Amino acid sequence: MTIQVRDISKQFDRHVALDRVSLEVPRGSLTALLGPSGSGKSTLLRIIAGLETPDAGRIWIDGSDVTGVRPQRRGIGFVFQHYAAFKHMTVRNNIGFGLSVRRRPKAEIRARVDELLAIVQLEGLGDRYPSQLSGGQRQRMALARALAVDPAVLLLDEPFGALDARVRGELRRWLRRLHEQTEVTTVLVTHDQEEAMEVADRIAVMDHAQIRQVGPPRELYDDPSNPFVMEFFGTVNRVGDAFVRPHDLKLHRSPNGATQTATVERLVHLGFVVRADLVKDDGQALTAQLTADEAEHLGLEVGDNVFVAARRERVFLEGEGI
Amino acid sequence: MKAKFGLRAIAGVYLTLVLVGPLVIVFWSAFRHGVGPVWDAISSPDAVAALKLTLLTAAIAVPANTIFGILAALVLARRRFPGRRAFSALIDLPLALSPVVVGLALVLVWGRAGWFGPWAINHGVSVIFSTPGIVLATMVVSLPFVTRELVPVLRELGIEQQEAAATLGANPLQIVWRITLPAVRYGLIYGVVLTTARVIGEFGAVAVVSGNIAGQSQTMTLYVEDRFQEFDLVGAYSASVLLACISIATVVVLRLLNRRGVQ
Repeated sequence: MTIQVRDISKQFDRHVALDRVSLEVPRGSLTALLGPSGSGKSTLLRIIAGLETPDAGRIWIDGSDVTGVRPQRRGIGFVFQHYAAFKHMTVRNNIGFGLSVRRRPKAEIRARVDELLAIVQLEGLGDRYPSQLSGGQRQRMALARALAVDPAVLLLDEPFGALDARVRGELRRWLRRLHEQTEVTTVLVTHDQEEAMEVADRIAVMDHAQIRQVGPPRELYDDPSNPFVMEFFGTVNRVGDAFVRPHDLKLHRSPNGATQTATVERLVHLGFVVRADLVKDDGQALTAQLTADEAEHLGLEVGDNVFVAARRERVFLEGEGI
Repeated sequence: MKAKFGLRAIAGVYLTLVLVGPLVIVFWSAFRHGVGPVWDAISSPDAVAALKLTLLTAAIAVPANTIFGILAALVLARRRFPGRRAFSALIDLPLALSPVVVGLALVLVWGRAGWFGPWAINHGVSVIFSTPGIVLATMVVSLPFVTRELVPVLRELGIEQQEAAATLGANPLQIVWRITLPAVRYGLIYGVVLTTARVIGEFGAVAVVSGNIAGQSQTMTLYVEDRFQEFDLVGAYSASVLLACISIATVVVLRLLNRRGVQ
């Protein structure tokens, strides 16, 4: 394990940000801390970085206890949502800052900065100031700056949150490739489950100052251990005690073993996928997802009566409850 | 368009009446009989002594208040502590207080019959009626400027850049020197200009604590007043011109320094 977090608690005035949180981040992994705003994910990241002090609990990085260690000595790289670019310095001096404060020789700094400019695809922009870069370029500069000092751990706090959707998508894919090249243990904070699933190989889902489940993206989606995690990863239908994903609802023209009937309220064509809003005879609303082919095959129209069966459903035992 | 022109005209007339006009008259009065009398006036031993004392005072008071001002601004902008408001008000106090009161207070503390006066005299230092008193009085009246200019720009800067520098391995001194101060340099430079102007131009507080002895405890402003009282108008105007030139030079030098820093 590169990072171990044990029983960390943190309170701001009366607001509990973290409540005895424990987490292990394996070496070389890219772990996402995923949760709604106010769930404590950013606070956890800042505590790992040493930018906040925990009220209780301990943290190890690379096997050594860093709980009381200042951020300067933790061997981390940190990337902020709003870049935190040094506005009065050129891109080159921004990236070289960590080496410069370590008093490395100028030639070494120049060589390392050149190498990083190439990695983050900012060749030729080294003499510009941050104000002359786009948001995406600024964030790549911030990443290069964090990587320059060869950190044991790279910590990213909503790094793509301030960027528009297209740039965000590009940077996600780019970050994934970068991680495969550098293999730096990385922790990424995000509130976007799609981003977490696309970039991370492990996800820790947080809610109300606690971690609700940790695992690979696929496992969290297919085998959530509680209703919060299930509902966080996409739309969910509640049928009695059971939770069903929209694409696990099967629609039929004939009973076919299905016991429930419903009326089609609305059909939304989203290209490959069609979303059907249904109302059961007892008045409960359901959302089903089927492919455009299936919808055509069934000849679905608004107002039709259909039989509904769940292909797969999940019932959470008490104690796993919401 | 017309309204704009009207406003500009009003501003121009006002500035001319209040600021430019009197300054021009001072320059004109000084040089009315050519450069010779002016040079004689400002190269007299008393004038040179006064200039030296003013420059010495500035050389101590400006750096001291700059360093204190930066520290106080960092504390006021970043930290929350009991008494923060009182501390802030205290730093503002010299702005509201008449310099004469500052001078009198210093006499009460350091004078022959004051609290620390006898102790200082026993140790061979006389504060009142000599240079230490003048420097002290000037430091008090020019105290607030750097802090006042820096606090709002520090607030606006926030702490993210400093946090980023910390995660990159910079120690607190490196963070202040390489990140914080360059980021707020406009505010800092403006604060230093105001401090310098106040230090050079201070009259009231210095008049109280200095014995006003020509050639010994006379700053430039006291010298101007002295010449004026003695009906030596050329002397008074010439010294005034010198004072004005020092102020203008301060502003120009700092502006140039700043421009070089940006590039």
